[in-house]
Amino acid sequence: MPWALAFVVLSLLLLVLIGQQTQWVAKTKLYAQPRFWPAVALVGMAAFAALHLWRLHRRRSTAEDWREARTWLRPFEFALWFMAYVWAVPIVGFLPASLIFAPALSWRMGYRGPRMLWTAAAFGAAVVVVFKSLLAVKIPGGLVYELLPGALRSFFIVNL
Amino acid sequence: MELLADAIAILSRWDVIAALLVGSVGGVIIGAIPGVGPAVAIAILLPATFSMDPIVGLTVLLGIYGSSMYGGAIPAILINTPGTAVNALTTYEGFPMTLRGEARRALSLAYSASFFGGVFSVICLILLAPVLARIAPMFGSREIFLAALLGIILVIVAHRGQTLIAAMLACLGIFINTIGLEPVKYTKRYTFDQAWLSGGIDLIVVVLGLFAISQAFFLLNGEDEKIRLARIRGGLFQGFRELARHPRVAAISGSFGVMMGMIPGVGEFTAQFMSYTVAQRTSKNPHTFGHGSSEGLIASEASNNAVPGAAMIPLLALGIPGEALTAMMLSVFYVHNVVPGPGLFQFQMDFIMALYLALLILNVLVLAFLLVSTNQLVKLVKIPNRFLGVCILTLSFVGVYSLRNSATDCAIAAGFGVVGFILRRLNWPIVPIILGMVLGGIMEVKLRAAMSRVKEPFDFIERPVAFILFVIIVLVLASHIRRVWQESKSRKEKTWSTKRASTSFVGALSRRRNFLLKARGRKVRASRSMLSPLSTDKS
Repeated sequence: MPWALAFVVLSLLLLVLIGQQTQWVAKTKLYAQPRFWPAVALVGMAAFAALHLWRLHRRRSTAEDWREARTWLRPFEFALWFMAYVWAVPIVGFLPASLIFAPALSWRMGYRGPRMLWTAAAFGAAVVVVFKSLLAVKIPGGLVYELLPGALRSFFIVNL
Repeated sequence: MELLADAIAILSRWDVIAALLVGSVGGVIIGAIPGVGPAVAIAILLPATFSMDPIVGLTVLLGIYGSSMYGGAIPAILINTPGTAVNALTTYEGFPMTLRGEARRALSLAYSASFFGGVFSVICLILLAPVLARIAPMFGSREIFLAALLGIILVIVAHRGQTLIAAMLACLGIFINTIGLEPVKYTKRYTFDQAWLSGGIDLIVVVLGLFAISQAFFLLNGEDEKIRLARIRGGLFQGFRELARHPRVAAISGSFGVMMGMIPGVGEFTAQFMSYTVAQRTSKNPHTFGHGSSEGLIASEASNNAVPGAAMIPLLALGIPGEALTAMMLSVFYVHNVVPGPGLFQFQMDFIMALYLALLILNVLVLAFLLVSTNQLVKLVKIPNRFLGVCILTLSFVGVYSLRNSATDCAIAAGFGVVGFILRRLNWPIVPIILGMVLGGIMEVKLRAAMSRVKEPFDFIERPVAFILFVIIVLVLASHIRRVWQESKSRKEKTWSTKRASTSFVGALSRRRNFLLKARGRKVRASRSMLSPLSTDKS
C-alpha cells in the first residue's frame, strides 16, 4: 500500500515537472519531441500505479507491517559499508582496501573464527588478482602507492 | 560448409577456447551455489568483458547463462533448494528421489536431460538459421518497434497476478532510460541541472544494483542454514539409458524450451511449467509426479536448458532481448559497435554460427566437467549465505567501479540495490525495470525512424510483418483483458456465494450511511460528555 501510493505521488510529481525538465522543440512532430517518451512513461507509471492502488484491499497497518518497514531500512547499513569501500579504494589502493573490507564485513556479520576471516581475506586478494592483474579491468591505483619506491610503485599501480 | 569452416576458425582461437572453459566451469559453479544465480554473475562480469572481443565476451556470458542451470540442479536435488530460480520444478522430483536414496540417479538423469535440452536447442537453431536469415531482412524500423512493443507487453502479461505492478515497473524502466541528454535534439531530460545526471543512468549500473547488490543485501540480512548432504557414490552415466526410455517427454520438453525461448518475455518458467504439465497429462504414471518421477525431472531440466540458445534468436536477429540476461548481453554488442539485428544474419552469418557451435561445445564441456566433479561441487552448497553476501558485495564493486571509476555510479548502484532489496521483500518483479530500460530505448529510436516515412496511421502496418505483429499485439491484449474479466467474474461469484451481506450498490450505500451515522453519533456523544461532565466524574 505505501509503495503503491509512493509510486502514484512520485509519478504525478514528475509529471507536473515535465514542463520544466523537458523541452518542446518547435517544428518537430509529436513522436520526435524530447518530451514524448518521458510523458508516455510517466503517464503509464501514474495510471498503472493508481489502478494497482485502487485494487488493493484497504486494511489497518499491523505490528507486522511496521516490523517489515524496519527491515527495509537494514540494507542502508550495508550500502554505507559498500560506499566506504568505494571511497577507500582510490586512497589506500584496491588490494589493501579489499583485504580490509572483506574480513571486516565478515566480522560484522558474525564470523569471528580465524578460518572465516582468513577465507574472507583470501577472497579479497583473489578478486584483485583475477580482475585487476589478469583481466586488467580499469581500477586506478591508490594514492598510497605513490609512496612506494620506483619499480614497485608502477607494479602496484598496474597490477594491484 | 564454408560457413562451418569459418565458424570453426573463429572458435579455434586460444582466447575463445579459454572463454568457453571459463564460462562453462564458472557457470556450473555459480549455478551450484544457491543465492548467486546467472543474473548476478553476468551483471558482475559484464564490465570485464567490455575489453574482450565480442565473440570472447559473449562466449563467457553465454557459457554462464547456459551452464548455470546444469549446476542449479545439484542443490535442487540434494537439499531441496534450487540453485537458480528456474530449477524450482526440479526440486519436486529430484528431492523425493534423494530421500529414497536415489540421489545419484536423480543427478545423472538431470545432467542427461539438461544435455539433451541444450543440444536439441542448438540443433534447432542451426536448422532455423537459413529461415531466419531470410526473414530477418523483412524487419525494418516499424517492425522492430512493434516487436519491442510486443516484447514489453508479453513481459508484463507474463507476470500473472502482478500485471499492474509489472506494467508500472516497466514504465519506470522506460522513464529511467530517458533521463539525461536526449540524443537527437541534445536537450536535457529530468537532469534537475545536476551534472551527474546529464550522461543518463547507465544500464549496467542499474542491472548491478538491482540484481547483484540487492542480492548481497538480501543475503546479508538473512540467516545461515545448516545443511546436511547426501553422499554421492558411483558413476553418473546411467541417466542417458533412462533418458532413452522417455524420448517423447524429452523431445516435447526440448521443443517447448525452444519455442518459449524464442518469444520475448516468456522464458524458462513458462517452458518448464508447460512441458511439466504436458508430461504429467500424457504419462502412464501421472500419480508419481511430485513424488520423484523421472519423467517430471526430464521435463523440467530438458525444457529449461533448451531456452538459452533459443533466447539468442530475438537478440541476434532483431536486437530485441527477451529477458534480463540477454538484455545484459546486448550491452556487449553496443560497446563494440556491433549492432545486433537483421544485418547480423545477412552479413555476419559466420559469427552467428560460431556462437551456435560455442553453445554446442559448451554443453559437452559442462557435461564432462559435471561427470568428474559432482562430489566436489556438492561442497559449494555449504557456503554460508551471509558470507556469500560479503563476496557478492565485494565483486559488485568491481563491476560498477570498473565502468567509469565513478563513485557516483557506485552510489546510484547502491541506491538501486536498496530499491531491489525492497522489491524482493515485496515480491515485486525486477525484470520489467531492466526490459523497460532496454526496450524503451529501442522503441524511442525505431519509432522516430519509422514515423518519418509514414503519412497515414495505417501506413504503419501496411507491410505484412508489421501487420502480423500488430495483430499478435491486439490478440495478446484481448486475451489478457478477457482473462482479467473472467477472473474478476469468478471472484465476484465466489464473494456472492460466501458473503451473507448484500453486495449490491444499494446495500453498500446503506451500510456506509449506517457507519457514518454511528461514527457521527459517537462523536456527538463524546463532545457532549466533555461539555457537561457527569457529577460523579473525578475532575
